[in-house]
Amino acid sequence: MTPVSKIMDKENVRRTVMRIAHEIVEKNKGVEDLCLVGIRTRGAVLAERIKQCIEKIEGHTLEVGVLDITLYRDDLTLVDTQPIVHETLINFNIADKKIVLVDDVLFTGRTIRAALDALVDFGRPASIQLAVLVDRGHRELPIRADYVGKNIPTSLNQDVKVILKETDEKEDEVVLEKRK
Amino acid sequence: MDWTRHDLLDLQDLTREEIELILETAKSFKEVSTRDVKKVPALRGKTIVMLFFESSTRTRASFELAAKRLSADTINFSVGASSVSKGESVLDTAKNIEAMNVDMIVVRHKSAGVPQMLRDHLDSAVINAGDGCRAHPTQALLDLFTIQEKKGRVEGLDVAIVGDILHSRVARSNIFGLTKLGARVTLCGPSTLMPKDIEKLGVTVDYDLKNVIKKVDVLMMLRLQIERQREKFLPSMREYAREFGVNKEKLKGAKKDILIMHPGPTNRGVELSADVADGECSVILEQVTNGVAVRMAVLYLLAGTKHEPAE
Amino acid sequence: MSLLIKNAIIVNADGEAKGSKDILLEKGVIARIASSIPSENFKVVDVEGKKVLPGLVDLHAHFREPGREDKETIETGSRAAAKGGFTTVMCMPNTSPVIDNAMMVDAIFQKVRRAGLINVIPIGAITKGQQDQELVDMFEMKKAGCLALSDDGKSVNSSQMMRLAFEYAKMVDILLIEHCQDPDLSAGGVMNEGYHSTLLGMKGDPGLSEIVIVARDIELAKYLDTRVHLAHISLKRSVELIRQAKAQGVKVTAEVCPHHFSLTEEIVKSFDPNAKVNPPLRTQEDVDAVKKGLKDGTLDCIATDHAPHTQEDKEVGFGDAPFGMIGLETAFGLGVSELVDKKVLSLPQLVEKMSAAPAKIVGLEAKGVVAEGFDADLVVVDVEREWEVKAEDFVSKSKNSPFIGKALKGCVEKTICGGKIVYESK
Repeated sequence: MTPVSKIMDKENVRRTVMRIAHEIVEKNKGVEDLCLVGIRTRGAVLAERIKQCIEKIEGHTLEVGVLDITLYRDDLTLVDTQPIVHETLINFNIADKKIVLVDDVLFTGRTIRAALDALVDFGRPASIQLAVLVDRGHRELPIRADYVGKNIPTSLNQDVKVILKETDEKEDEVVLEKRK
Repeated sequence: MDWTRHDLLDLQDLTREEIELILETAKSFKEVSTRDVKKVPALRGKTIVMLFFESSTRTRASFELAAKRLSADTINFSVGASSVSKGESVLDTAKNIEAMNVDMIVVRHKSAGVPQMLRDHLDSAVINAGDGCRAHPTQALLDLFTIQEKKGRVEGLDVAIVGDILHSRVARSNIFGLTKLGARVTLCGPSTLMPKDIEKLGVTVDYDLKNVIKKVDVLMMLRLQIERQREKFLPSMREYAREFGVNKEKLKGAKKDILIMHPGPTNRGVELSADVADGECSVILEQVTNGVAVRMAVLYLLAGTKHEPAE
Repeated sequence: MSLLIKNAIIVNADGEAKGSKDILLEKGVIARIASSIPSENFKVVDVEGKKVLPGLVDLHAHFREPGREDKETIETGSRAAAKGGFTTVMCMPNTSPVIDNAMMVDAIFQKVRRAGLINVIPIGAITKGQQDQELVDMFEMKKAGCLALSDDGKSVNSSQMMRLAFEYAKMVDILLIEHCQDPDLSAGGVMNEGYHSTLLGMKGDPGLSEIVIVARDIELAKYLDTRVHLAHISLKRSVELIRQAKAQGVKVTAEVCPHHFSLTEEIVKSFDPNAKVNPPLRTQEDVDAVKKGLKDGTLDCIATDHAPHTQEDKEVGFGDAPFGMIGLETAFGLGVSELVDKKVLSLPQLVEKMSAAPAKIVGLEAKGVVAEGFDADLVVVDVEREWEVKAEDFVSKSKNSPFIGKALKGCVEKTICGGKIVYESK
C-alpha cells in the first residue's frame, strides 16, 4: 500500500455533505427545532456547509453553534502541554432543541463523549444526533453516528486526514496515511 | 505556540506571545462564565491550595471561583499574621502543604520573592497572587484583558498609572505587561511615592494629572493605603485627593472614550469620585468579571505542564 | 613546646622575603628566623616553599554568644576563623544580653580560653544595652581587655550621644567603631535603593543613610580631634569623604568587607536570603570605588562582618530574613581572587589589609608581622590553589553564604596561633 491514498476528492465531499443534509431533513421530517453544532475545527466547517445545503433544500436558515471540546477531554491529565482552548460559540438556547452534532471523523468516540458532556452543560436538548463525514471504526465507547458520509475500514497505524478549504487553504479531500 | 511554563511569578518573565496566549485563552473562559452551568471538567481531580500569608478577600475569591469553575478542588490556607511574625518558615509551611499531594499553590506574601523561593523548592505549580510590592501578575493580566476587550488592542495605546507607584505591585506588573504589548505608559503620583530610577523600565513620569488625563486612552488608578499619610509620604489625604484624584471636572479635558480602571477596593472620594467610579467610562466591575476568566486561563495552562526543577 | 617551620617564604606587608627561611616558634613568640635552623628536638613542620603570612586579624565578627548559640558560639566561630587563616578576631557586642560591662567581657574571655584556639577579643558596646541613652563604663571596659567599643548592628543614633562618646573615649584612649547607617533614612530597607530595588519592588536603603553618618562622624572626629574607625564602608561617596578627611589630617580609619568588593546588588534578584546584608550590596560603581579605596589606602583594612544565621531564620522570605552573611572562611580566598588576582593589590598589600593594618588600628603591637619577637601567629597559604565553596565544608555553625558554589583561588593550608597549629587543611 502507498503511504498516502486518496479516499475522497472535492466532488465526493460536496456530494456527501449534500446527501447528509438531505438525510437530516428527511429523518427529522423537516427542520423545525433543528440546530447544528459543529465540533472545532473541521466539524464546525462541515456544520456550516450542511446549514447552507439545508437552506437550499428547505429555504430555511438553521442556527449553527461551534463547540470546543478541549476542556472536556478525558486525556488532559496525560498530555505534557495543555492544548490551546478556543472559544465555544453557541448563541442560542439549546433547551428542547433537536441538535445535530457534526464532526469530520468518528474514531474512538471519545471526542463525541466530550462533546455530549459539553452540550449538556448548555441546557437540556430534546435530542442529540450525530453526523460525521468519515467513520473509520475502532470505537472505544458505545457511540454510533446517525449520518455517515463514508465508512472507511482502517488499521490503527493509519490516520484519516480530512482537508477542507476553509481550514487548510487547499482543495477538499480525504486521505488515508500511515501514522508517523 | 505551546505553553511550557509551570509557574506564573511575574509578567517580567513572560514573552509577548505568552501573554497573548493567556489573554486569548481567557476569552474562551469568559464564555464559560456566561453559561447556565458555569463549570467545565478540565481540572477535575486537581487540588489547588490558596496559601495566603497576607489577607485578601477579593483575589482569593476570584482564584477560588476560577478553580471551582474548572472543577478543581480547592483548600484555603490562610496563615495568620501572628504566626508569620513569629518567624515561621515559609518554606516549612509550604512543604507541609505540598505533602498533602496538591498540584498547584496560589501564594500571596508580604515579602517580595517568596513565590520564587517556593518554586525553587517545590514540585507543585506556583502562582503568584501578589508578593510584597513586587508583582501581581494575574491583576495585570486581567487589566490587559479588559483593555484589549474594550479597545480592541493594547499596542499603541497611551496608558497612565496613577497613585502610589512605590508600594504598588499592580503598577509594576502592569508596567511590564503594557510595555511588552506595545502600550506607552505614563506614571503619575506624588514624588514621594515614585520609586527611584523607575524611568529605566521604559515609562514616563509626569506629576501633573490634568496634563496626563488629556493624552491617555486608559487611566489606571491605584488604591492609596491610608497609612501612607501616617508614614509621612503625604501632607494630607485632602491634598492627595485634589491633586491625584479623578473627578468629573478633571475628566473634562479627556478623550471621550477614556477607560477608567481600578484594581479595587476603591477609596471613593480619594482616588475616584463616586460619579466617576460609577460613570460610563468606568470598567471597574468588568475588571472583576474578567479576573475570574483570566485566572481560569492561568490555572488551566499551568495545570498541564510538568515541573522542571530549577537549576 | 617549640615548633620549627622549615622552608617558608615569608610575606609581610612590606614585601616578600627572598628565599625560603626557617621560623622557630617558642613560648608563643617568633624566637628566630634564619636561612636554616637545625631541628634539634623541636616539632618540625616543613611547608616546602609555601608562603607564610602573619595570622589574619578581623576587626569585625559576630559570634552570637551569649544569646544565639544556635547560630554560632565562640568555639565554633574560633574554629571557622582558624580555618579562614585568622588568629585574632574582634567580636561585636550586639549579643543578648549586650556586652556592655566588664563582667560580660570577663565571661567572653573565659569562653575564649576554654575554646583555646585563637585570640578572640570582645568589642564592648558604646552605650549601655546599645540603647543610645548612657555611655558604658569605658575605663572599666578597657581594663577588662576591650580594645574598641561599638554599637554595631546600628549607629549611635543621637549625634549628641556620639559627641560625648568621642570625648570620653579620647580620655580613656579607646577606639570607637561606628556602624554607619542613619536609622530613619534606612528604615525598612532590605536592599540598596536604586533601579534594582524598584525592579524587585523591595524597600530600598539609600546609600544616603551611610553617607550622612560617615560625614557626621568625620566632622565629630575632626572637631574633637579624636580618632574613629568606620565599619563596613560600602559606597563610592563614603570613600570620597574618607579620602578627603584623611587628606585634611582627620584621624579616621575604615574597613571594607569582602562581599562589598566582590558582589553587586544584582544578585538580589535571585532572592537568595544569604545576599541580604547590612549595609546592602551596592552597585558596580561602588564596588570599583571601594577597590580603588583599598588600593590608594583610603580604606585601611578588610573586615569580614561574619554574621551567622540559621537556615530556619533565613528561610522566611527575603524581606523578613535577618541581615548578614558568614565571611571568615571565604575572606582570604576572596581577597586573593578579587584583589590580588585582579591586580588591585599585591599579596603584601593584602597582608597589610588583612593583618598588619587591623592589628595596628586596635594597638595589637605584637601582631600583624612575621619577625623575631612578634607573636607566633602565622598562616601558611597556597595562593595558587583553587577550591569551591561548599555548604557542607563550612565549620561555622551557620552556612549563610552567598558564595556557595563559587570557585575561589587562594587557600589556607595551616593556621598557627600562639605557636600552636590550630588548623590544617586536609
